Amino acid sequence: MTGQIVVQFLTGLAGAASLFLVAAGLSIIFGVTRIVNFAHGSLYMLGAYIAYSLTERLAVGTIYGFWVSVVLAALAVALIGAAIEIAILRRIYRAPELFQLLATFGVVLVVQDAALWIWGPVDLMGPRAPGLDSSVEIMGQRLPEYDLALIVISPLVLGLLWLLFYRTRWGILVRAATQDREMVGALGRNQAWLFTSVFFVGAFLAGLGGAIQLPKGGADLLIDLNIIAAAFVIVVVGGMGSITGAFLAAILIGELQAFAVLLLPESTLVIMFLAMAVVLVVRPWGLLGRPVAEHAAGRAAEPLLRPPGRTQRMIWGAVIACLLTLPLIAEDFTLTLSIEIMILALFAASLHFIMGPGGMVSFGHAAYFGLGAYGAALLATKLDTPMELALLAAPAIAGAGALVFGWFCVRLSGVYLAMLTLAFAQIAWSVVFQWYELTGGEDGLLGIRRTPWADSRIVFYYLVLAACGVAIYAMRRMIFAPFGYAVRAGRDSRLRAEAIGIDTRRFEWMAFLIAGAMAGIAGGLYVYSKGSVFPDEMSIPRSVDGLVMVLLGGVQTLSGPLFGAAGFTWLHDAISRLEYWRFILGGTIIGLVLAFPEGLGGIWRQLEDWVRRRRAVARQAKP
Amino acid sequence: MTVLEVRALYKGFGGVQAVAGIDFDVAAGELLAMIGPNGAGKSTCFNILNGQLRPDGGSVRLAGREIAGLPPGHISRLGVGRTFQITATFGSMTVAENVQTALIAHHRDLAGLWRPAASLHRAAAMALLERVGMAAQADRACGVLAYGDLKRVELAVALANDPMLLLMDEPTAGMAPAERVELMALTAEITRERNIAVLFTEHDMDVVFGHADRIIVLNRGALIASGTPQEVRANRRVRELYLGESVEAER
Ligand SMILES: Nc1ncnc2c1ncn2[C@@H]1O[C@H](COP(=O)(O)OP(=O)(O)OP(=O)(O)O)[C@@H](O)[C@H]1O
Ligand SMILES: [Mg+2]
Repeated sequence: MTGQIVVQFLTGLAGAASLFLVAAGLSIIFGVTRIVNFAHGSLYMLGAYIAYSLTERLAVGTIYGFWVSVVLAALAVALIGAAIEIAILRRIYRAPELFQLLATFGVVLVVQDAALWIWGPVDLMGPRAPGLDSSVEIMGQRLPEYDLALIVISPLVLGLLWLLFYRTRWGILVRAATQDREMVGALGRNQAWLFTSVFFVGAFLAGLGGAIQLPKGGADLLIDLNIIAAAFVIVVVGGMGSITGAFLAAILIGELQAFAVLLLPESTLVIMFLAMAVVLVVRPWGLLGRPVAEHAAGRAAEPLLRPPGRTQRMIWGAVIACLLTLPLIAEDFTLTLSIEIMILALFAASLHFIMGPGGMVSFGHAAYFGLGAYGAALLATKLDTPMELALLAAPAIAGAGALVFGWFCVRLSGVYLAMLTLAFAQIAWSVVFQWYELTGGEDGLLGIRRTPWADSRIVFYYLVLAACGVAIYAMRRMIFAPFGYAVRAGRDSRLRAEAIGIDTRRFEWMAFLIAGAMAGIAGGLYVYSKGSVFPDEMSIPRSVDGLVMVLLGGVQTLSGPLFGAAGFTWLHDAISRLEYWRFILGGTIIGLVLAFPEGLGGIWRQLEDWVRRRRAVARQAKP
Repeated sequence: MTVLEVRALYKGFGGVQAVAGIDFDVAAGELLAMIGPNGAGKSTCFNILNGQLRPDGGSVRLAGREIAGLPPGHISRLGVGRTFQITATFGSMTVAENVQTALIAHHRDLAGLWRPAASLHRAAAMALLERVGMAAQADRACGVLAYGDLKRVELAVALANDPMLLLMDEPTAGMAPAERVELMALTAEITRERNIAVLFTEHDMDVVFGHADRIIVLNRGALIASGTPQEVRANRRVRELYLGESVEAER
């Protein structure tokens, strides 16, 4: 028994190694550049794949060859990371922070297809590490020798990083930049050099993490998003920007997972995110993190938010007229696509509701879409609930989820809040994924039929149009009602808002609830449009889709996210039959970000400003 | 009538005793200046008075009622208005909307989900803006205003809850000298006509000695002098503090 515990403990330590490496890299990059690098998981994945190819050629059974391959793979990834920084991110440091996030989403997609193209769709089994391919006996239990190597690696890397940060000029610069943002601006030309080198080091660690876990986990096309979720958890649990914190957190999570496998195998996915939620509630800034000072002046100036002008209202009238007449002229295929677009437009609008006016970025909004979808689907399949009732229940269920998750989330702010939303979304997702008896796990829930009166595609189209239209309109009303002003006041300047008697946290919570319920409506409609539901509907990619729609559309405009949803869904549909559609989508996102750092909705506003100025000039010119 | 009574107020941050047991009163219609070098504890004191910080000890009474430790929203509704050292306004709103939001909050109309806020309390907001001389810019974005104008907007916002006590943390910091005197004169005029008690901090001695009825001097969290401008001007310890000779050296 003791033997088993000791060995399991060592297994946990071994598992912590690559988690620590990835999280340390993510943390360093965030600390200096303030970029949440979603593509960090992709770098890890590349590390695994490149190490695979190198060991095939170099290792051939020699100890030396294996470890050289691992280090070379990490170096190659480091170069790729630096190249990404130079080619893409460097051009958009002046753009709003979220746009940098968007660009890294683009990179995730591009890397996924690049890996698919180079290494193919089949999961690759990692080679055994030569010289460490058997196991040792500890207190009557067997432990793979390679695990011992992994256990040694993390403290070794931690030590090397310590030397790098405390004994080199570069390290001093990095620490100074992490602690004092003003200083970064004062660096002038050296800033570019610092950022690139930080990406190089961060990517090296990610690549190394991917490479060393190759003998244990192999390489496949899903590890990028799996590891990024885990890395977020560790960075947040450890405390943003703290390498030692990341080390402790990696061990904590590694151990929890190792023992969870022993005690309750179904809980492995949930446990990591639960641990994060618990730590954040007790220590909002992570184990070794420090609180971020609240600025009296509030965030970078937000542009004025105005109710729609006459031109805009006319355009909306025209859009609605087109949508109303569409079934008369369109084919089935167009109607189906339009239904999906309207549903996702509501999803995007609900995400925008908390991100724009609320100023709370959510990385896990799919949770509420999924809760609505699964809520409706379970009612329909398990309890034979009629469609009307299930559709009404969907927002209630999603809203209840948002009420619980939101209570925790609004206690944090900024990146911490965003990552906590991701953690909650992953909890919801893993419950659905692992609770096979109830949700059917990966097989999903099938055969959900619409009520006879709504069975025809045209009737359902109008139902979706009405539901989404009313929901979106209601959210707009709220934004311009006192509630919206209160929420926006909290975003613009929390200090000022509280000083005039606004309980900002309560309004954020309410906004969370409303956004969740609205996403739930979208989820419920989605189930009845497809007739089925799968865990994908609440997975990270779905959350990311929402973010891309909102950010592409322009988070500072109200209609932007709707157009973003339409454009994204249409593009997605148009290319999704191609083999390398992710590459195209990712490339498009990167291209758009570089070309329009204000979002597509921003183009509209720029145009409007221009027209207004022209008119003013014309008016003045008249005698 | 005494509006604010502060007794034995303490607040420390780790090793720093930012406010170390201070007592003072402010009467209705009175302008009390709190002066002291950087880091003396002035902003910390303000943050306790408006509820942003919880004191380690001591009592704060507003019109006889204990308010120490209450949340800022609650204290605001009891009649305390505040302006910040670094101006804090809502950048995505117009000047008028900033004041309207404060009025909406004051009248507890915040929960409305449907009726547009644009017309709520518009007239009252315009009246306040008129009073601080910002009516002409009512529909401009707050984010594009000159710093001095922003300070005026903040004053209007701070007056929206019809306060009996106004806390102004360096109301004229960052303004041109002529503007400073003008803004302080305006503040004095408004608060006297409404019988509001004012506590303000200020580094500009012209503003302090020109407008304050009484002055208290803070150094390292402790009160070292208080009295009329003449008394404070004549005080030996204050002179030492402001002439740069440290009180420590003398000991
Ligand atoms: N949140 C905080 N955490 C730690 N220390 C703090 C905090 N706020 C203030 N201090 C410290 O408390 C002391 C008093 O600061 P405070 O801001 O009250 O001074 P002040 O008199 O307003 O100075 P200034 O004239 O520069 O505005 C300073 O030593 C400051 O460093
Ligand atoms: Mg101060």
